[in-house]
Amino acid sequence: MKASPLASHVLFHIGPVPIASAVVVTWALMALLVLVSWLGTRRRALRPAGWQNALELVVETLESQMTQIVHRDPRPYLPLLGTLFLFLALANLSSLLPGVSPPTAHLETDAALAGIVFCAVHAYGVRRHGLWEYVKGYAKPNLLLLPLNVLSEITRTFSLMIRLFGNIMSHEMVIGVLLTLAGLLVPVPLMALAVLIGLVQAYIFTILATVFIGAAVESQERA
Amino acid sequence: MSIEMISILGAALAVSFGAIGPALGEGRALASAMDAIARQPEAANTLSRTLFVGLAMIETMAIYCLVIALLLLYANPFVH
Repeated sequence: MKASPLASHVLFHIGPVPIASAVVVTWALMALLVLVSWLGTRRRALRPAGWQNALELVVETLESQMTQIVHRDPRPYLPLLGTLFLFLALANLSSLLPGVSPPTAHLETDAALAGIVFCAVHAYGVRRHGLWEYVKGYAKPNLLLLPLNVLSEITRTFSLMIRLFGNIMSHEMVIGVLLTLAGLLVPVPLMALAVLIGLVQAYIFTILATVFIGAAVESQERA
Repeated sequence: MSIEMISILGAALAVSFGAIGPALGEGRALASAMDAIARQPEAANTLSRTLFVGLAMIETMAIYCLVIALLLLYANPFVH
């Protein structure tokens, strides 16, 4: 319990750049995702089989979930949000591999992901409505609410980051504490719970990102 | 009392009291969702999706307290 959960563990250096273990795991997961996607789309057929079948199932499930949330065609947002979900699910589940610490248990990875969502929300909003219309949306229904609207933009991104970090990191910590207390089989049920928590947190992160993007895209239509 | 002791005390208090509110809130939310699903089982999909997102929102408060506690323990600006 000496190591701070806020510090990152540097594995090695490439030139002057320190490479943390979270970065290595992140790149390994990205390589895995790319490899599986490449395998699945290498020989595409009208009647899918094998890898392609599995991938189509995943994509269609994500697509139907997102359609229910944004109430429109989710195709423009599907690449970003789908990748986000798949990466988060893999990253959270990577805690089950021995010796691997999930990258989402480090604040930097979560900050980067929340930053991506923050930028994507505004990018989609501006692309949909135009810059001036989108900025004007923040002064609705009243100019007095402008500071509150801007504040809520910042806090919700911050809470997106802290929620993922806190959940994954704290669960990893609980398992660590249990391991030091009682050895062999006691942490196993909690590790099973880690599967549930990891998937639910990936789902929630993606759903919230979808809700934010959906709100940014359709805010002007309601007003 | 030294600043370290006060920090540890503060961390324990933050987590213990910070867990009460979200626990009560999550219990209420879950009970209402169960009630709603019992009345209208066909709406279970929408309900559970909304419930998950809502629970995550409520849970964030407890996580904030946890982060404050961790800051006090590991990144305390007053301890060098």
